[in-house]
Amino acid sequence: MHNAVVVQHPELIAALRAVLPAGALLVEPEDTQPWECDGLTLIRQRPMAVVLPDTEEQVVQVLQLCHAHGVPVVPRGAGTGLAGSAMPNAEGVLLAMARFNRVLSVDALARTATVQPGVRNLAVSDAAAPYGLYYAPDPSSQIACTIGGNVAENSGGVHCLKYGLTLHNVMRVRGWLVDGTPIEFGGLALDAPGLDLLAVMIGSEGMLAVIAEVTVRLVPKPQLARCIMASFADVGQAGDAVAALIAAGIIPAGLEMLDQAASRLVEPFANAGYDLDAAAVLLCESDGTPAEVAEEIERMCSVLRAAGATRLQVSADETERLRFWAGRKNAFPAAGRAAPAYYCTDGTIPRKHIGTMLKAIAAMELRFGLACPNVFHAGDGNLHPLVLFDDSDPDSVARAEAFGAEILEESVRLGGTITGEHGVGMEKINQMCSQFDADSLEAFRGVKRAFDPAGTLNPGKVVPSLHRCAEYGRQRVSAGRVAFPELPRF
Amino acid sequence: MDTALQSLVDQVQAAVASHTPLCIRGSGSKDFYGNLPQGQVLDVRHWQGIVDYDPSELVITARAGTPLALVETMLSEQDQMLAFEPPHFGLAATVGGCVAAGLAGPRRASAGTTQGAVRDFVLGARLLDGRARQLRFGGTVIKNVAGYDVSRLLAGSLGILGVILEASLKVLPRPRAELTLQQDCDEAAALLRCNQWGGQPLPLSATHWHNGVLSVRLAGAEAAVREASATLGGQPLPTAHAAQFWTALREQSADFFAGDLPLWRVSVPSTAVPLGFDAPQCFEWGGAQRWLRSDLPAAQLRARANQLGGHATLFRGGDRSAGVFTPVSSAVLRVHRGLKAEFDPTGIFNPGRLIQGL
Repeated sequence: MHNAVVVQHPELIAALRAVLPAGALLVEPEDTQPWECDGLTLIRQRPMAVVLPDTEEQVVQVLQLCHAHGVPVVPRGAGTGLAGSAMPNAEGVLLAMARFNRVLSVDALARTATVQPGVRNLAVSDAAAPYGLYYAPDPSSQIACTIGGNVAENSGGVHCLKYGLTLHNVMRVRGWLVDGTPIEFGGLALDAPGLDLLAVMIGSEGMLAVIAEVTVRLVPKPQLARCIMASFADVGQAGDAVAALIAAGIIPAGLEMLDQAASRLVEPFANAGYDLDAAAVLLCESDGTPAEVAEEIERMCSVLRAAGATRLQVSADETERLRFWAGRKNAFPAAGRAAPAYYCTDGTIPRKHIGTMLKAIAAMELRFGLACPNVFHAGDGNLHPLVLFDDSDPDSVARAEAFGAEILEESVRLGGTITGEHGVGMEKINQMCSQFDADSLEAFRGVKRAFDPAGTLNPGKVVPSLHRCAEYGRQRVSAGRVAFPELPRF
Repeated sequence: MDTALQSLVDQVQAAVASHTPLCIRGSGSKDFYGNLPQGQVLDVRHWQGIVDYDPSELVITARAGTPLALVETMLSEQDQMLAFEPPHFGLAATVGGCVAAGLAGPRRASAGTTQGAVRDFVLGARLLDGRARQLRFGGTVIKNVAGYDVSRLLAGSLGILGVILEASLKVLPRPRAELTLQQDCDEAAALLRCNQWGGQPLPLSATHWHNGVLSVRLAGAEAAVREASATLGGQPLPTAHAAQFWTALREQSADFFAGDLPLWRVSVPSTAVPLGFDAPQCFEWGGAQRWLRSDLPAAQLRARANQLGGHATLFRGGDRSAGVFTPVSSAVLRVHRGLKAEFDPTGIFNPGRLIQGL
């Protein structure tokens, strides 16, 4: 998708110039072009203007001015999001919050940190480290992604099964409604009066409010972590092993899976020591006190062995544990080296269907003529297939997009969701029509209206219009079932 | 459509048409909670049953009228549990009431995996709204960020957005070992200890202080519980006695909760100093949930809670007519009005129960 014509609004620009410091307002195409996409590079759009405020007063003035002119505002953190949630609007202002990058306080006794939205995820844990505490959610992009973006996307990571998502680790968000009205969600106590607006604010992809400040929960750093690397001769068996661990009452600190194509892709890059003959490799981590970890590792090993693991290796020390993880954590850059481009999707399915899904993806590889190594958060059933394609070839791009869409459709069919942790943004907006019925989508629009009656905060994302769903349904009449049968067909 | 569901839909449609307020009700075990119930009773108990439960997926889906006790028995047979340890407040408490009230028990502020409020464990829900639409939010998988997280918004909504028809709840394995320890200390020392322990990798699953005694429940791997008990010290309670102790606290059948004095729930940061006041008090959740028996004026208690960074609720007893919850800010109220207008445009569901006039 390419740039629509940028709409100019000289009156608003002049007003913004009056309230922003020099260099904090970008309007020339050569200045706004670097902001035309987030981590989803397939969809690009230059904004009318980019603003980079550095005080809260400036943010309020920007919001008030845009609101008065009816101009859309799109908030943005570090722009690492993979779903296009921070893609600019051709008629709007991109509100870059990166300059709000201070850790305001760490309260070691209360185990909380209060930070500005532009603080990087890893910087929170760095600030908490002297107290033996850390911030648990660890998305792969944690060196670069910001807390504001994490709240917007309800980001996950590799430890969600045990430690939860952003939602479980944020206590309070202070910010503004689209017209600049200050508002606070949650609080420093464990609950706040009224509806739990914090729950709906988190993961709202920048469409309900703009974030000024976030208070996160910190947790004690485990004394020790050890990781088991288990090989399986069959992906189905590896999937069953995941279910067997859970059924045995074990909640691993991390439970990740790589299929053979993924292991072979990352091994030359990361030298993690993966078993390249295995159909699937499972990484299964235990953390806690040394005695606790010893007890759990033993139980995990016996379950994995009973599930048919052909090889088990337990990390002997921290260096080896990090080496096991190096492969998994470098899957994306390795994919970037193996092909001109890759497209990572994010469907989540019930764990019991992992084997079925991998077989379905293998069939799609043949159909679309593209390779797709698979890495995923097996404990959460959250898949990250990496469709490898050539971005200089329009046909390859089209096939990659169709491949990704097909994976999402299959996720819904298996009782899962189109997005586990990346968000819907622009990327998966069509598939929302498959996951939700017309009434539920209309209810989402209602939620949006309750926060943003004029619909100018990050408009057009996440919730598809009726028209878009009708179009999408027309394209995809599958297995005799038509989406939105109640809509007239043109 | 199932006849029980059809009946709910019909009653909602009729109420919308005639602008008749409805009081959504399961067993009525939580009638005492929230602002005064108003309207014609909409009984959801016939809409019951477990829709799906697969232990290896760690999720159970049940209809609103399903007895909470039934769910807990099923989970317990598979060595699993609702990790928010919900209070029942009655033998016939339902899943719908549990989610709508959004109340969690002693395990709310525990360490690690079992941390959580009701909403932390809601994965999906079906809602019958004020347009008689049957809406479906979330799903049955642990990670799901498709669309706004409305299912979690329903936890603690006290029915003001519609009839919760069904909920999918994340469940967890029961801990392999559990041990309750008691030690003597005053309130300020107990608060300090709880907060200090919270910052260490200890398997705390509940804390409670009352009358100079701090009780701590450890839960997790056997090795972890053994090690932690050596670190914390204190007198172990016999297993059966410990189970009774935490159940009595959760169900408010302990002596502290007896009698007619109004019961206040004060929710503050766990590190807040003792509330003061010459009134019987106890705390849970590492200091984040404080209970107080008092007929002091609401304004005085609310001012103190506010000063400490929290809020106060008239939880049980007393005069509910002035509103039991701390009022929300004008910006938050604006959003509440917007949500109410979208989900319940004629204002028939549980009017005023969560927020007066809404």
